[in-house]
Amino acid sequence: MKKLSIIGIVLIAVCLSGTVAIGKTLRMSDSTDIAAMDPHSMTESNTIGFLHNVYEPLVRYNELLQVEPALAASWEVIDPLRWRFHLREGVKFHNGNPFTADDVVASIMRAIDPTSPVKSNLPAVVVAEKVDDMTVDLVLKGTDPILLNYLTNIYILDKEWMTEHDALMPADVRKGKENYAVSNSNGTGPFILESRQPDAKTILVVNPNWWDTPKHNLTRIEFSPIGSDATRVAALLSGELDFVFPAPLQDIERINRADGVSVITGPELRTIMLGFNYGDKLHNSNIQDRNPLTDVKVRRALNQAINMDLIAEKVMRGMSRNAGILVAPPVPGYDAQLDVRSPSDLEGAKKLLAEAGYPDGFEVGFDCPNDRYVNDEEICQAITAMWARLEVKAHLTAQTKSKHFEKVLAGGADIYMVGWATLPMLDSYSVLSALLHTPGDRMGGWNPGGYSNAEIDKLTDAVSSELDQEKRTAMMTEALGIAKDDVAIIALHQQPLVWAVRDGVNMKVTPDNKPRLWYVNITD
Amino acid sequence: MLAFILRRLLQSVMVMLAVALIAFVMFRFVGDPVNSMLPENASTKDRQELRTQLGLDAPVMTQFWIFVTGTAQGKFGISYRNKRPVNDLIAERLPATLELVFVAALFALIVGVPMGVYSALNRHGIVSNVLQVVSLIGISVPTFVTGILLILVFSVWLNWLPSFGRGDVVKIGWWTTGFITISGLKSLVLPAVMLGLFQVTLIMRLVRSEMLEVLRSDFIRFARARGLTDRAVHFGHAFRNTLMPVITIVGLQLGSMFAFAIITETVFQWPGMGLLFIQAVNFADIPVMSAYLILVAFVFVLINMIVDLLYFAVDPRLSVTGGST
Repeated sequence: MKKLSIIGIVLIAVCLSGTVAIGKTLRMSDSTDIAAMDPHSMTESNTIGFLHNVYEPLVRYNELLQVEPALAASWEVIDPLRWRFHLREGVKFHNGNPFTADDVVASIMRAIDPTSPVKSNLPAVVVAEKVDDMTVDLVLKGTDPILLNYLTNIYILDKEWMTEHDALMPADVRKGKENYAVSNSNGTGPFILESRQPDAKTILVVNPNWWDTPKHNLTRIEFSPIGSDATRVAALLSGELDFVFPAPLQDIERINRADGVSVITGPELRTIMLGFNYGDKLHNSNIQDRNPLTDVKVRRALNQAINMDLIAEKVMRGMSRNAGILVAPPVPGYDAQLDVRSPSDLEGAKKLLAEAGYPDGFEVGFDCPNDRYVNDEEICQAITAMWARLEVKAHLTAQTKSKHFEKVLAGGADIYMVGWATLPMLDSYSVLSALLHTPGDRMGGWNPGGYSNAEIDKLTDAVSSELDQEKRTAMMTEALGIAKDDVAIIALHQQPLVWAVRDGVNMKVTPDNKPRLWYVNITD
Repeated sequence: MLAFILRRLLQSVMVMLAVALIAFVMFRFVGDPVNSMLPENASTKDRQELRTQLGLDAPVMTQFWIFVTGTAQGKFGISYRNKRPVNDLIAERLPATLELVFVAALFALIVGVPMGVYSALNRHGIVSNVLQVVSLIGISVPTFVTGILLILVFSVWLNWLPSFGRGDVVKIGWWTTGFITISGLKSLVLPAVMLGLFQVTLIMRLVRSEMLEVLRSDFIRFARARGLTDRAVHFGHAFRNTLMPVITIVGLQLGSMFAFAIITETVFQWPGMGLLFIQAVNFADIPVMSAYLILVAFVFVLINMIVDLLYFAVDPRLSVTGGST
């Protein structure tokens, strides 16, 4: 009898603890697992986004993607090459260690170490110096107007913990060195890592001693990546998950029709575009003595022949947002007047092409990924057909992303698709410096076609050091306007972000595709 | 005997070397891992530096030599994506795949053999004909379609079984097992059925045709003439003689189940080696890919060798020819 009652009590306790845990648990799934727990080992945005729940930067983006204080309570620019950060008092790491200037210095130096894979996410910082226990100076090699934007991606680790576990440097593939921080964590964030089985389940529990006032009501997060789209949606429909992202476009209707689940959508920051080869001749064409793409009339004709309304309706199922310039609305430098796509005009395009000396069109290579962007291959097929009516015969090569970008970055493509979210800076400077600036050691890393425009280069260089935000934004808009007039790169659209949640989970889509779980509320 | 084993061993080494070469050549075509390892805003110089440090721009022969010597010592390096030693990653995933293959093979045998025997003994029965048709469907429907259908019926509609993952696993030493928890066992059902379904139909058809053949042979007729019961004839004589080729085929199929678990693991997010491999392909994670390919080749070579040795042990004629050549 006594035994029975003990079993009864245990059972009741198990049931109770079970219901409490389930009540505030968010079971979520992404299409890929995070790469590692070490925030300085990888720059994949899904990894960085998820780790933000465990680790925190000095400053962070809020739900509206505005910079706000996080581990730094305030900051001041002592001179353009020295920024002073006053750290937040009373913050503790998950293991109870206090957060101090030593941790910030160690973390920043770890991130910018020559062997660190994330060093290009903090390009201007030379050294971090401790001023006192709660103050840190960052010394820069050149003025950097978007230092704060960069810092939103650099998470702070505990120095004592790193020293104890020999993790003061990030994992180095080149030397075959492993690192304790790859599978373990000790941050200051709203959630604490409880356990992790790669590709199966990563469990976070709420941090009761978080320095910020929680806006969420979660007690536990169970993250299970599911690679197969069909399975991920099925697991949501069967009630095994509360939140999945991304949800495939073709399943939106099915999810909305089902009971108890719905889709939440929003435009992504990422703009999909087509870049050009500006070399002496084309790689894959019947014209060998010159490159038609260097003629702005040809580029304009190609742009005008693309009917983006049709693509938005048929290929993107009405979920995309047509783009006139190379950045999305939340990005500084964006201008609504520039962001107008002139309507498609086949006759006008034909006339332009004839004026340029190609009345019978020409052949050209066209490269697309088939697993990187939403419906990437389908978009390229549609564009190929549209150009065919212009007598431009595009030889489409659609292949997996690692192959596609290898070819594109090596300069092997004539016309190529690329998407740009401007992350981590969230600033037009990202497009200007990486895609539009004349290729060099520091800039133009994603300008393999060799586009070169002295005006844009001059404006980009000026933008990189201008600290007056208004002037700076105006210059970026001007440069984007020049690029638009010159059809340097064709802007196509911003692709949609599609997440799906079960009823009772309240959260919003953030355009950078990083769910901020400290804003999530569950109401049942 | 010794000469035979030595010759087989030598052949196995040649096969492994050939696989290493093919795998190595393949990596030239999977894309540039550097692009996915560095952030979008990394400069051309950073990319080139990393490529040099990883040895990706060394001459092809040098790279192959490093690859082969490393492989021979079991050193596969660090995963480009997960930043952990490849040996650890594989050791972590191996139990999941092996348990899945084991259960799927068991399922295939337990269901396939009785079905085959039954349809051989009752050739013209309605049930046998239905089984024949069903098995045809089982052979021709692609496995990922069966997987998705199983999820739709048993997870979404009936809500009986989980649609993904391994459930709760228990750690025993370095091995993790799903055999001793309820959620672990429930999670095994659908993936094992998906992986085993093709084998069920294969085994069933194989057993049926072998058994029909044996039933037609003279010694069965003599056994009947001796007045033995049907039961003794069918199970004491016919079935036992049917089993030899079946065991051989099942042994070889184990290897292909191990390799084809990739599809099942992708559909059910089963955290095994196949899933690891697929992700490695997407990321051009060369150390993981090479380790996986070498391991699968090794499993095949090993199984083949064991089967050959079994033949050698079972069939006395082999030793005569083996000795004379």
